Amino acid sequence: MYRYTDFDAAFVAERNAQFRAQVERRIDGSLTEDEFKPLRLMNGLYLQLHAYMLRVAIPYGTLNSAQMRQLAYIAERWDKGYGHFTTRQNIQFNWPTLRDVPDMLDALAEVQMHAIQTSGNTIRNVTADHFAGAAADEIADPRPVAELIRQWSTDHPEFQFLPRKFKIAVTGSPNDRAVTKAHDIGLRMVRNDAGEPGFEVIVGGGLGRTPMIGKVVRDFLPEADLLPYLEAVVSVWNLLGRRDNKYKSRIKITVHEHGIDDIRARVEERFALLRPAFTGVDQQLFAQIKSDFEPPAFKDRDVAPFDQAYANDPVFRSWADTNLSAHRAPGHAIAQISLKAHGATPGDATADQMRIMADLAERYGYDELRISHEQNVVLPHVHKADLPAIHAALKAAGLATANIGKISDIIACPGMDYCALATARSIPIAQEIATRFDQLKLEHEVGDLKIKISGCINACGHHHVGHIGILGLDRAGVENYQITLGGDHTETAAIGQRTGPGFSAEEIVPAIERIVDTYLSERDSADEAFIDTFRRVGMTPFKTALYGESDKKQKAA
Amino acid sequence: MPAIFTPKVITANALLEGDVVYLTRNDTWSRNLMDADVLTDEADAQIRLIDASARTDEVVGVYLADVSAGSDGPKPTHFREAFRMRGPSNYPHGKQSEAL
Ligand code: HEM
Ligand code: SF4
Repeated sequence: MYRYTDFDAAFVAERNAQFRAQVERRIDGSLTEDEFKPLRLMNGLYLQLHAYMLRVAIPYGTLNSAQMRQLAYIAERWDKGYGHFTTRQNIQFNWPTLRDVPDMLDALAEVQMHAIQTSGNTIRNVTADHFAGAAADEIADPRPVAELIRQWSTDHPEFQFLPRKFKIAVTGSPNDRAVTKAHDIGLRMVRNDAGEPGFEVIVGGGLGRTPMIGKVVRDFLPEADLLPYLEAVVSVWNLLGRRDNKYKSRIKITVHEHGIDDIRARVEERFALLRPAFTGVDQQLFAQIKSDFEPPAFKDRDVAPFDQAYANDPVFRSWADTNLSAHRAPGHAIAQISLKAHGATPGDATADQMRIMADLAERYGYDELRISHEQNVVLPHVHKADLPAIHAALKAAGLATANIGKISDIIACPGMDYCALATARSIPIAQEIATRFDQLKLEHEVGDLKIKISGCINACGHHHVGHIGILGLDRAGVENYQITLGGDHTETAAIGQRTGPGFSAEEIVPAIERIVDTYLSERDSADEAFIDTFRRVGMTPFKTALYGESDKKQKAA
Repeated sequence: MPAIFTPKVITANALLEGDVVYLTRNDTWSRNLMDADVLTDEADAQIRLIDASARTDEVVGVYLADVSAGSDGPKPTHFREAFRMRGPSNYPHGKQSEAL
């Protein structure tokens, strides 16, 4: 795992000291809120509905056990004993007081963590495939790339006052688990015909009020050209980006307005100018960073304990079938820990749960944990022989829900329970859907189905790319939920289509049930997943199930 | 005839704790909507808002929120204000858990 250099540690310490002084000056009245707000946002501190919120970066979603324990400590010492893991591989603490935040930041620095550039118009926390370095289908580990980008972009003088926020995601696998097509820049690690490593560069993806699927701006970028090319993209947008209108400022709009060919030409021109300035220091750094991400020394052991538990324990079997993924090393597996117990708040973990996950990682998992954008925790490297013990420990902590990728594995943004921008709640809707389908015992029958919920048009809950997306709105002072179907967050990314008028908070769960029933009756076999059935049969049967036949009759008349 | 003015309270978040506060009749901040001064005159509301907004070393984000004024005190008319008054719905945190 990457360790802070002296430079990194000194930089974070200095930033924390600066922010401590800024907080003091705010409290003693020498800074106004207008002056203080951009400073606090640069350090991840928001003011939400009921309290401040501190957003902490978990770079490329990777944590060690000491870091996870420190998050537990922070949650207990300065918050209400829990933390909320988000779709951007951050953790949010919902209840800090202003005076405590500098101490929280110092506590984070002790374990090489921080909240820098988790907000504001900067290059944000770089996200990566949560199975990085472990997945069987991976070409290369994307985390060294993410770390290189993090070092290049952190405090980069040209990029502190961008037209808007800028988000980069990297995947090293053809099966995209990092939603690269919904980011300002998505990087897919590929090899060219000669077998050389490089990137497919995607720009202009994004969600929010104008969702866009990213477009390929360069189909093969040699590895050594990465930073100058990224710098070229960001600086082209920095000049063209619409600073006059915050709704048109993201690069997705720039790409849309100018067209991908025009953007490509400008980027290439700029790249030609910038390339000579990169003399290879970045590549030395990259080589160094790579050595920090050497895979652990996987031991090959007998998997008999796994096979035995799998054969004899149906609860373990169900968990193993749902929550494990293929690992590249023989005898190993990737285990996902669901933070979506039926009826619980998606993405929340208590301090005790964090400590148990830390212990398991230390004891069985080469000291590594990951946070997925789907708001779950991952033990990326575990030997199958240890899985029965891991499962038993998770079960005792309420962490063994067997629902990864299923209907109750819902992404939900904080919504109006916390967020000042929200137009409706999202958490209770997620809780109700999960509880309902658990009661119906339909979850495993339904199979793979992604529900994603946002509490406003900003789309932090990725609703546009959910197989079923739910968007909470305020319709004349009442919560109202709009449904989209057919979204896809993977390499075949797609924006969901609206079904029609929205539903009230009371109607939304029954509406989701009707959609699921329609899928079950329309699918050609149990092997056809929801998204495939939707693609085959289209919107009509779902519309009919939701709104009845009246719509069609009117049109026919 | 002048448009009917919906009664309002002045609300904000406290600078130090970040929690929701309301302006009382004698210009102190209370954590409890029941204590809020209900403003029924538009001109008065605007002046009180300007004065309250100037108190930047006490509060953040001062604004006027609609209420309905009943015999048992002001009540929020919009669900957002109802949540601000209570706290989140997924945990008994925030004001709903504090003895007021
Ligand atoms: C204080 C709470 C939050 C605020 C104020 C906030 C604000 C915003 C805004 C304004 C946008 C729209 C950006 C645009 O279209 O230009 C946005 C998008 C987004 N946010 Fe949040 N957000 C919050 C919490 C979260 C959380 C908890 C997550 C993760 C679960 C998150 C992840 C995202 C994502 C994935 C997007 C869409 C991707 C994009 O186009 O940038 N946000 N957020
Ligand atoms: S989608 Fe809206 S409600 Fe949800 S976290 Fe983002 S800004 Fe808040």
